Amino acid sequence: MTWTLVLTLAAIAYGAKALGLVVVGGRVLPAVVERCLGLVPAALIAALIVTDTFSSSGDLVLDARAAGVGAAVVLAVRRAPLIAVIVVGAAVTAVVRALGWLA
Amino acid sequence: MTAGDRSVVSAGVVLGAAVGVFGIAFGVGAVAAGGSVWQTLAMSLLVFTGASQFAAVSVISAGGGLAAALGGASLLAARNGVYALTMSRHLGGRLPTRLVAAQITIDESTAMATAQSEPSSIRRAFWVTGLSVYVFWNLGTLIGALAGSAIDPARWGLDAAFPAGFVAMVAPHLERRLGRRAAVGGALIAFVTIPFVPVGLPILCAGLAVLVGVREP
Repeated sequence: MTWTLVLTLAAIAYGAKALGLVVVGGRVLPAVVERCLGLVPAALIAALIVTDTFSSSGDLVLDARAAGVGAAVVLAVRRAPLIAVIVVGAAVTAVVRALGWLA
Repeated sequence: MTAGDRSVVSAGVVLGAAVGVFGIAFGVGAVAAGGSVWQTLAMSLLVFTGASQFAAVSVISAGGGLAAALGGASLLAARNGVYALTMSRHLGGRLPTRLVAAQITIDESTAMATAQSEPSSIRRAFWVTGLSVYVFWNLGTLIGALAGSAIDPARWGLDAAFPAGFVAMVAPHLERRLGRRAAVGGALIAFVTIPFVPVGLPILCAGLAVLVGVREP
């Protein structure tokens, strides 16, 4: 690992974040753009759930995480508090993994 | 603070703590990959994009070069720019405030913020979650870089803590028809692209699902 890597990656990562906040600023964009941007969290977070649950270094996999996230879906449908969803999701995954199921 | 705000604060701290354990794992991994303690700390403080940092370090420890390390890590960092576009109108504030907000515009802060409905709750959720994750991620990195041996996050199921939390955070978006369509579209795109494109790209590709908003609802 070199300082070149650390600082270049820092510039790229911060640049990506700052660009969106500074370029758009507080401006009101055309209605259709606003509507699409409003859907970004729904689309990206749903995708993140899929990749965090079913992928491992670029491959589709089914492992203990699926059980934990399945439990989280059940709790979320029942409108359980966010903390409960997070803790139960992790706990179910840990138990299923320790038992060697879905390995 | 309302009861809802208090639960956001406590959930933000719990998420931060889970991130901290991964921070420890990152600190250990980065030092093992040949980074100095200072380089490792600087990476967490300045890059502050966990997935990118892990990707860069794993390329380096596998013997890869600078370009390969930067390529994969940049793909993973790019989605924060998309989050920033959508968070911009919620955050308000003057330029210096925005430049600080930019650094903590990540998966967790965006998801937690956009799950709220009141403008003040959106801002509170963003700052509480972002700062909590920032503090714990860097604290974890410091511990890992100095101690050199981590507890395995997977053993405690912490790798599932994030998708589990995101399930609860995406729920409010599913109450409207366009939100449901965008979420289903994003999830399907991710599923289909995972085996075929580099890590990080499926989430960017999923951004195409926002085009369901082009036509009037």
